[in-house]
Amino acid sequence: MSDDAAVTETEETEETEEAETEEATAEETVEEAPADPGVSVTINGAPVSAKPGELLIDAAERHGTYIPRFCYHPRMKPVGMCRMCLVEVDTGRGMSLQPSCMLPVSDGMVVETESPASKAAQDGVLEFLLINHPLDCPVCDKGGECPLQDQTMAYGPGESRFVEEKRHYEKPIPISETVYLDRERCILCDRCTRFAADVAGDALIHFQGRGSNTEVNTFPDHPFASYFSGNTVQICPVGALTAKPYRFKARPWDLEETNSTCTGCSVGCRITVQSSRDQVVRYQGVDIDPVNWGWLCDKGRFGFEALNSEDRLTDALTRNDNGDLVPVSWGNALGLAAAALRTARDSGRAENIAVIGGSRLTNEDAYAWTKFAKGILGTDNVDAQLGDGLDAEFLATLPRATIDEVCEPGGTVIWLGPDPREELPVLFLRMRHAVEEDKVKLIELSSAPTSLSTLASASVAYRPGEAAAVAQAIVTGDAAGAIDPTALESIRATIGDGPVRIVVGRPDQAESARSIEAAAFALSSLPGASFLPVLRRANVNGAIDMGLSPGRLPGRTSLEAGRANLDSTWTMTPGTPGKGTYEILLDAAFGKIDVLILLGADPAIDFGDKSLAIEALNGARTVIALDQFLTPSASLADVVLPVAGFAETTGTTTNIEGRVSALDQKVNAPGTARSDWMVAAELALRLGADLGLESVDQITDEIARVAPTHAGITAEAVKSANDGILTGTATGPIVAPAADEPTGDAGEFRILVRRTLYDYGTLVSQCPASAPLASTGSFVLSPADGERLGVTSGDTVTVTSAKGPLAGPVQIDDGITPGTILSWFNVAGTDGSYLIDVDGDYTAVSVEAGGDA
Amino acid sequence: MARLSEENVARAHEMIARYPVPKSALIPLLHVAQEQDGYVANDAMEHIAELVGVTAAEVVGTCTFYEMFKRHPVGTYVLNICTNIACQLLGGEELLAHAEERLGIRAGATTDDKMFTIEDVECIAACTEAPCLQVNYRYYGRIDPDRLDQMIEELRAGTGIAAEIPVHGTLAQTLQHLPEGQGDDIIHPDLITEAPVWFRSDEPEEATTGGAA
Repeated sequence: MSDDAAVTETEETEETEEAETEEATAEETVEEAPADPGVSVTINGAPVSAKPGELLIDAAERHGTYIPRFCYHPRMKPVGMCRMCLVEVDTGRGMSLQPSCMLPVSDGMVVETESPASKAAQDGVLEFLLINHPLDCPVCDKGGECPLQDQTMAYGPGESRFVEEKRHYEKPIPISETVYLDRERCILCDRCTRFAADVAGDALIHFQGRGSNTEVNTFPDHPFASYFSGNTVQICPVGALTAKPYRFKARPWDLEETNSTCTGCSVGCRITVQSSRDQVVRYQGVDIDPVNWGWLCDKGRFGFEALNSEDRLTDALTRNDNGDLVPVSWGNALGLAAAALRTARDSGRAENIAVIGGSRLTNEDAYAWTKFAKGILGTDNVDAQLGDGLDAEFLATLPRATIDEVCEPGGTVIWLGPDPREELPVLFLRMRHAVEEDKVKLIELSSAPTSLSTLASASVAYRPGEAAAVAQAIVTGDAAGAIDPTALESIRATIGDGPVRIVVGRPDQAESARSIEAAAFALSSLPGASFLPVLRRANVNGAIDMGLSPGRLPGRTSLEAGRANLDSTWTMTPGTPGKGTYEILLDAAFGKIDVLILLGADPAIDFGDKSLAIEALNGARTVIALDQFLTPSASLADVVLPVAGFAETTGTTTNIEGRVSALDQKVNAPGTARSDWMVAAELALRLGADLGLESVDQITDEIARVAPTHAGITAEAVKSANDGILTGTATGPIVAPAADEPTGDAGEFRILVRRTLYDYGTLVSQCPASAPLASTGSFVLSPADGERLGVTSGDTVTVTSAKGPLAGPVQIDDGITPGTILSWFNVAGTDGSYLIDVDGDYTAVSVEAGGDA
Repeated sequence: MARLSEENVARAHEMIARYPVPKSALIPLLHVAQEQDGYVANDAMEHIAELVGVTAAEVVGTCTFYEMFKRHPVGTYVLNICTNIACQLLGGEELLAHAEERLGIRAGATTDDKMFTIEDVECIAACTEAPCLQVNYRYYGRIDPDRLDQMIEELRAGTGIAAEIPVHGTLAQTLQHLPEGQGDDIIHPDLITEAPVWFRSDEPEEATTGGAA
């Protein structure tokens, strides 16, 4: 049971070492670095080869010698704070005790980690560390997985000589909504404070006081409100920091665990799911090099609370005679659903069946539903995206870059996408590290300031709908009024001969996909351009790869290209491309949809035009919703089928890079809830067809067989790859988006509607730890516009679009471009999404002072 | 109590401009805050955080490291009475007890009239003058209880030594006025490429090799 990556790695190393004989060390060295002899170091009498610049503590660990430590963390800069890693080192001037976490290896270095002096140092340091430690292990959550406890047992003195009164503090104090701090237990290792300042950039906790009165604390009344605060709990080497959702929930030795991938967003952070008594009680970040480095965001980390919610659906629901949703048997519910589907299909109106959603699903669920919808029902009106992504065909043809390639030291990145801290939090941590530590040059094209703006070497503000003009200027060097000529010159100098990594996604919900695609297409002619598309929904990339998108088939292929791959496994494929979510909802609102299936989608609050979504759900003859909760959309359905959630089902998921990794089941789904693919298979049987899918592994293997991008990604292969496996990449030219001028109503202002991490979505509101953090929205104006309208921060403004007026409080921020007004999507209070005109490339609004908020 | 006054903000900007990294001005700015309010107020620390572009937690981290930054109001005169070994042997503890008795407060507290704060301090490096004390960081040596009583009387009455001791919080004022032109040639540390002047050159120096082994 380990607390963090450092210790996990150690265990692995120790296991490897056990498997080998002692004298193997020398040969092993030669094997590891055949080209570069490296730095020769003697550790405990054995010659080993270290990498130049490597820290002694790492070199020793890589060769099977674990040096105890508290403050050192492989993903943070060393500080030599705890002195636990003191070992005897001779660099030609005789043996002396030195902290191995602060000491880079040098040629000829002789190290003794187990000499009497080293052992005495470790023993002494532990005795000092324990002087003020309360030793309240029996009531401490960390007990059983505590580095201080473990290392005291392994390296420390058997008893204490300290008889004086220990230091006392109030136990524990909340330092944020989710994190508690027990200062008595703290050993002042500087891990949490370094994480906050150096990794997350939220230096909201800091050492205070001096000497034996030093403590970690926040500024009075400034809570540790970081999106990443949970990481400090995971890396705390004692029980000083604990997280509310896990406090007193379980004992480490009672936990069962399995590795999986977080599906809170599409970054794909590797996690350990830990459960006790068939309930998920904690996620811990797992350090994988290509993605999350052990970090998680709090929304992901504490997202498991939603799984345990009392509001989870446990029974299938259908309407009774009064029109109320009541629990029925699965047989009844599936019978009703199948009957509606059969009627629609048999009357020759398969295209009147539509499927929306699927980005919450595993790849296997998504494949099963594609096969059912496109191969058995025969409809291509299938869309996993809710109008807030990018065109699937366009995405399929983009040359791809991985997160590591985007973060490559010294590289150049153009960011044309959402604020990563709000939508893809751990990608923000990677970008921050890339810029701050690895000197990546970041050029941001953004319609409003983001968390990246202070990191960017250049930030180009544009008005929604005008991204393509800015992109064009960067490519051609002709400013053409879209961008300041001096800024343009410096951006073009930064780009030079490339290569350029371009991160592309939807910066805000009121700017159309086409506008962003046109900009991305223009940028694709920059030297060495490759793309990291950042669609935000959990497994939207996998769902699109599986063909849950109009005109697409598994393996990122078009209908024509994909047909041949499926000949032997599918009974049919659609003839012509179908409709996307917006058109489906329009059809449904006009009563032209017989059956609308929602795969974990909640368009009533998650689609840009909520009123259209509600009309559509009312207008469709039969609505079948597969969901974990009775969401606003599911509550309008005729048949509601409860489905298994994360950690309740196995399968694979695909992240923004196209990295496929294994999800593992840890607990049982509540009530009668079952996996989405089983529902598809069952409905197919009831329609007299057979999907031919009997287990998740078999589906994974079928995908590997029929989807060209997934060749070789079999169940066996993906389960044994902790880092996941990258899917194949596209070939052929990039599909050019329509080159029209941006469209939208005339209006004084253009509105931005951005996503925030803690919105009013079902998942957040079902997590007790996260729900209180949900944002309350406001409008944000530039100082110039504020002055012109005669409003200051805190005043009320009324914003009117073609969709109607919305009044709310206003803030003034000098980062806002004059002529734009910023608002937030799906938040309590002022929800800017009510103003979005999904027809145009941007939404024009008028703003006036006053109104009833 | 309060954020920095307009006048102090102007001084703050001038001080920040003296450093290549704004954060370096933290300590001088904390002195300004202490001078303004007699102690470092939370509002002032938040204001300083905004001025130098760090978080308030970082400011309070720096502030609390130094004993001489007070986070709560103190008296007009802070009496630091040394009870470390040299002073202790010559009656430092008795002196402290006398001061506590005389002013009716314990060490660490402030009199009701906000005139005096007593602090029990460690060695203040004036052992030759033991027992010694400081009033607002001005040294007074070889103090006996009678002399202490007299000093307290003078400070209360505004006579005698009161003339030579400025009120608490003005200690750093003199350090904050730089001659014209000083500091004009400062360079941002990231822009310095050559080795610092105190680095030993690589040429062999016979004299220094002896001690290394």
